[in-house]
This record gives sequence, structure tokens and C-alpha cells, in this order.
Amino acid sequence: MPELARSPRTIRRYRNETIFRWLCVCAIGITAIFLVFLLANLTIKAIPALTQKTITLAIKIDPEKVDAANVAAGDFPAFLKDSISAEFPETTDKSEIKKLAKLISSSVVEDLQRKVTAQPSLIGQTISVNAPLTADADSFLKGIQATVSPTGDNSEFEEAALQTLQKQGKIQSPFAWSLLTNGDSRAPEKAGLLGAFMGSLYIILITLVLALPLGVSAALYLEEFARKNRFTDLVEVNINNLAAVPSIIFGLLGLAVFLNIFGLPRSSPLVGGLVLALLVLPTIIIASRAALRSVPPSIKEAALGVGASHQQAIFHHVLPLAMPGILTGTILGVARALGESAPLLMIGMVAFIADVPTKITDAATALPVQVYLWSSLPEAAFRSRTSVAILALLIMLLCFNALAIWLRKRFERRW
Amino acid sequence: MTRLLCALSALALFAAPAFAKDQIRIVGSGTVYPFTTTVAEAFGKATGKKTPVVEANGSGPGIKLFCAGAGDDTPDFVDASRAMKKSELEDCNKNGVKDVVQLTIGYDGLALANAKGGPALSLTKQQIFMAMAKQVPDKDGKLVDNPYKMWSDIDPALPKVKIVILSHPATSGTRSSIEDLILNPGAKTFPGLKDLADKDAKAFEAVFKTLRTDGGFVEAGENDNAIVQKLAADPNTFALFGYANVSLNGGKVQAAKVEGEAPSVEGVQTGKYKLSRPLFVYAKKDHMAAMPDMAAFVAEYMSAKAIGSDGYLADKGLIPLPAAEFKAQVDAAKAAKSLTPDQLK
Repeated sequence: MPELARSPRTIRRYRNETIFRWLCVCAIGITAIFLVFLLANLTIKAIPALTQKTITLAIKIDPEKVDAANVAAGDFPAFLKDSISAEFPETTDKSEIKKLAKLISSSVVEDLQRKVTAQPSLIGQTISVNAPLTADADSFLKGIQATVSPTGDNSEFEEAALQTLQKQGKIQSPFAWSLLTNGDSRAPEKAGLLGAFMGSLYIILITLVLALPLGVSAALYLEEFARKNRFTDLVEVNINNLAAVPSIIFGLLGLAVFLNIFGLPRSSPLVGGLVLALLVLPTIIIASRAALRSVPPSIKEAALGVGASHQQAIFHHVLPLAMPGILTGTILGVARALGESAPLLMIGMVAFIADVPTKITDAATALPVQVYLWSSLPEAAFRSRTSVAILALLIMLLCFNALAIWLRKRFERRW
Repeated sequence: MTRLLCALSALALFAAPAFAKDQIRIVGSGTVYPFTTTVAEAFGKATGKKTPVVEANGSGPGIKLFCAGAGDDTPDFVDASRAMKKSELEDCNKNGVKDVVQLTIGYDGLALANAKGGPALSLTKQQIFMAMAKQVPDKDGKLVDNPYKMWSDIDPALPKVKIVILSHPATSGTRSSIEDLILNPGAKTFPGLKDLADKDAKAFEAVFKTLRTDGGFVEAGENDNAIVQKLAADPNTFALFGYANVSLNGGKVQAAKVEGEAPSVEGVQTGKYKLSRPLFVYAKKDHMAAMPDMAAFVAEYMSAKAIGSDGYLADKGLIPLPAAEFKAQVDAAKAAKSLTPDQLK
């Protein structure tokens, strides 16, 4: 068989083909490098915050310093000081004991007070407590901070004490559960993400409950009922336009309408959810229309042909078949809402909120806002906590997107 | 669909009066935010009441919200990194906020800092102005585009290092402090510019507020933490920001001397270190009758354990008031006298 003559043109085409393919590989390579760099950077920065150094202390609830009838008036900080000075019998100087007690997080005293209030029979007993160290002591032991004192002042006494305790094996380093169980705090070792997580959850629930029915109904109307005329064209252009409006505009709208006119409570997930519902509505309408359009007309026509009403045809046939597409679009829209912080600024959700919200009208914040707030605090220990918050947000987004993929795979039909 | 909409609007209408207010709301400056939040948390822990909600939306926007009215839905306090303006208080009074109490909580200093191990500078306000402005006067007093690339171009005694200063964008409160405390007085040290300031305030403002864009000055965002990390990466880069960033990162960064004085708590308290400003919290007295918690919150804030020289806010980087002024401010907070427009500028 005679070999095909390779004309210069063919050679050039082959060469171009190869170059093009390599360019595409480069594109994906560069994207992957950025992604890996981002994730690795975040993870490395987050690791120090994932564990919390604690010390096991035997704390005696001295009956002379607390009265069962009036627990709140008890001198709880004194119990901590007594137990820490028991660890260092050779230290008698009051100011030095005070320095040592300052290495322990103030959450210990608060926990103690709560425990004794709930169970006054503890008075007179000695209880063993895993006391978290302050963020400064924690950072020193982890080697992040060269000194215990963040100001660079002399803190050799504290450092020596911590190293002694470490050598004696009294310091453990368990997972920092407080990150998941606490609300926000200004003490880094007490600060947690639960408040922001609950806030995000409430917001998303409200967004879903509002935006899904509204969006699907609007899409159904536009696809199935509306006549094609100037008015529907105008509506369509506006919806597409709204999908591209910067999110801060929706925040301003929320401030003007929900807070100022309706008088809904500022900083509440209720208002946050309403604003974000408006934000994702265009996305959901567009996705739902695409999903409805992808259902073959023959199915609806067959239903109409056997005598179903228009409504029956839609609810029994078209909508169920379009649902995977609608849900995927909705989840992606809601995932976008989950990452928004700009519109929340206008409605007062960019705020320090220590109490974990328990209902949709409580003041709350959201995960991306928590990232922003922590990142701008001066304490060094909040730096690694910021990375933890970002990772938590990424994991939540990953769950949402995985759910979208699963729904599509599970219910998708091909024709 | 219609039913849903009806339900929603009904909810909105009936909901409004149902939200009785039981939580203190605070808005305002991002500079005061780290301090007010710490007090808020301590207040919540100590009293068992709901922890006050503290927003960080800037001094100007905060005061605007605060002054919007005396209704339940308006904030109870506003943090400010500058004094309230006369026009703002008048606006307040016009909107029905009759009684505003001013609390001075302490000082914040500005510091020009770089990483330890880098060159240690000693500068004057004039030199900082010369390093940052877009246009500076030449030998004849004529304005020219900033010719100083190296610190040694400004003064041969300074190190031969390229000028790079990071700071906040023009919208931040820190930037307005930089303008008031450094750039304005620094520019006025030039006789030509002082004349200009007397003759044409607007033109003078344009001179000292317009900063160079040739790389000598960089707007590095409001995230001080990120700025500290940038300093650590290059010891020849300087940042002009709040002193708390230096005191809380003492192991990593050092501050330049300004007018012969290094920033320190004592320097600010005695007034020797010039780059400092008082920080304020304004209370809405109109709300206090209905919200007894507010008085308790003020008591927590204006106490020795919070803003005193050994208080927990000193650990967070606040420069405490000198002893005599502290006492005066605590007494003033107890007296809770309303502010009048002629007390302000």
C-alpha cells in the first residue's frame, strides 16, 4: 500500500493540533496548580488551630469560697489559682501565681461556675478538669510564637513553667472541639464556628423555602403558560440581567424593604434568607426553565392527547422529569448564596455575635462573614482559625455540590 | 403561590411589633470593634444577659445608623475612631435622638512599622509626607511629581532602601487619621504649602490627600493581619497602621521613631508620641430608660478592669487613658451628660 504523501499543509495541521492539545493541558494544569496551592496553603495554616493544648488540673471546690445558696457570688477564679499553685508548690509569690493562672483559658472558670450551679453537690469535692490553655500559651508550645507574651515582653517565667509541665507529661493536645461547639469569642481558644454555622443553615433553609417554589412557579409560567410577546421578552431580559447584578445591591434592597419598611429584626437570618432568596431567584428561574425545556414536548403532548388538563400534564409528567435539573440548579444557586457576605453587611450580619442563634429572628452571622471578621482581628491565633473557617466553608460547599451531582445521577433520564 | 405571598406579607406585618428588644445593638468603627466586642463578651458572661451584637461597618456609616432615629430598631451605641462631627449630632437631634453621651475609652496610635531585622528608621512627619505624597515641593517650593525613590533621597542619613509603604484604602478610618495626624501637618511644614492652606484649603487638601501611585505607596486593604504577613516577607517594606498591630506582634515587627519618639503606651499617654487619636463610644441615652442593661454595659466598659491601665483591653492593644483622665472619664460616664453641638467641631 503506497504511503500517503504528507503535504506541507497536512503537517502544519497536525502540528497545530498538537500545540492546541498541549495548550489545553496547560490550562487545566495551571488551574490545578492554583487549586492545589490554595488548598495546601489553607490546610497547612489550619493545622495548628485543629488541636488545643490542655492541662489536667485537680480543682477543689472549696466550700469556704462558695455558698450553695448563692453560687454566682462564689470566688471561682480562686479555685483555679489554688489548683495551679498546687502544681508548682515551690512558687509562692502571688504575682507569679497570677501569671500562671493567666496561662489557663478563662473558659475553665466559666465552665466550673456553670457545673457547680447545675450541681451544687460538687461543693467540697475535687474535680478533675481538662483545662484549655490560652491561645498565647498554646501558640508558644506549638512553636508558632517565640514567647508567650504576644507583645515581645519578657515572659521567661511563663515559658519555663509551660516547659516544665510539658516535660512532666501533664499537657495533652486533643482535637479542638471548641471550634465546632462554641459560638464566636474574642479569646481565640474559645472562639468557635457553631454560631456562624447555625446562622448559615437558617439562612439557607429560608432561602430554599422561598426561592424554590417562587423560582419554579415563575419558570413554569414563562415556559408553559406565557404567550410569547413583548412583555415576556422584557421579563426574560430582566431576569437574565438580575442574575448578573452585584450582590451588594440586593443587600441595599433588603435594608430598604425588609428592615426599614417591614421592620424585621436587623442581623437576623430571616432577613438574610429573604435577601439571598432574591439573589438566587434569577439563577433558579434560569436553571428551571432550561430543565423544563429539556423535557421532550412529546411527553406533554401525549398526556394532553389522552385527555389530561394542562395542569395535570405539568404536575404529573413535565415537572417530575425536570426536577433533577431544577434541583441541581437550585443547589448551585444556594451554594453561591452560602458564600455571599457582601449583601449581609448592609443588613447588619457582619457583626460580633457570641450567642449561638436558636431561632430565625435571633441575631446571627454566617460562615463567610466569620472568615472576614476573624481575618481582620489583630491576634495572631485568629490567623490559623481563619483558615479553619475557610476549610469549613469549603467542606460545606463541597457537600452541597456533591448532593447536586448525586441528585442528577440518581434521577436523570436521557431520551 | 398567592397564598404563600399573602402568608409572607402577613408575617411581615404582624412580626414587626412582636420582636421585643432585649439585646444591646452596637455599630460603628472597625478600629474600636476588637475592644467593644471584648467588653460585650465579658458583659454577657458576667451578667448572663444576651451578649450585645457588635457590627463593624465603619465610623461614618455607624453614626449614620445611630442617628437615624430613637426607635427600638436603631442601635444603642456607636463606636467611633474619631469624634462625632457637629453636623452629625445636629442630624441626630433632628431625627429625635435627643441625648447622646460621649465616652472616651482610650487611645489608638498610628505606627510606621517594618519587620524586625529590617532598617530601623527615625523620621519626622515632614519626611513621611515626602515619602507618601504624589506631589511634593522642590527646592524652590514648586510642586513636582515625587522624586524620592529611596529613603536616602529624602535625607542622606536614612538608609539606602527603596520606599515602599503599605496602608489602608482611602475609605478607612485609619486613612483619615493618617491624613489628619501626619500628612496635613507634614505638608504644612513647607512654607509654600502652608500659604496654600491659608489661601485655598481645597487645593491644599488635594495636595496632602493625593498619594503617590508609582509603587512607593501601596493600598493593601483593611486586613491588618495580612499586612503584618507582608511585612514579615520583606523587611524593607513598611506599613502605616494602628499601633495595636505592633504591640500584638511585638516579636515580629518594629515601629519607627516619629519626631524622635518611638510609639509606646507612655509616649501616647504623655502626648510625646504625636501619632495618636482618642477612641470613642457614643451611647443613646434616649434608650436607657427602657433598657437598663445599657447602664450596666457602660459600667463594664468604663471600669478599671476593662479600660484601666491593667485592664483586659490593654492586653488587646488599647492604649489606656492616663490615670487622671481615666477618673474624669469614669465620672463623666456616671454623670451621663448629654452632648451639645457646640462641644463638637
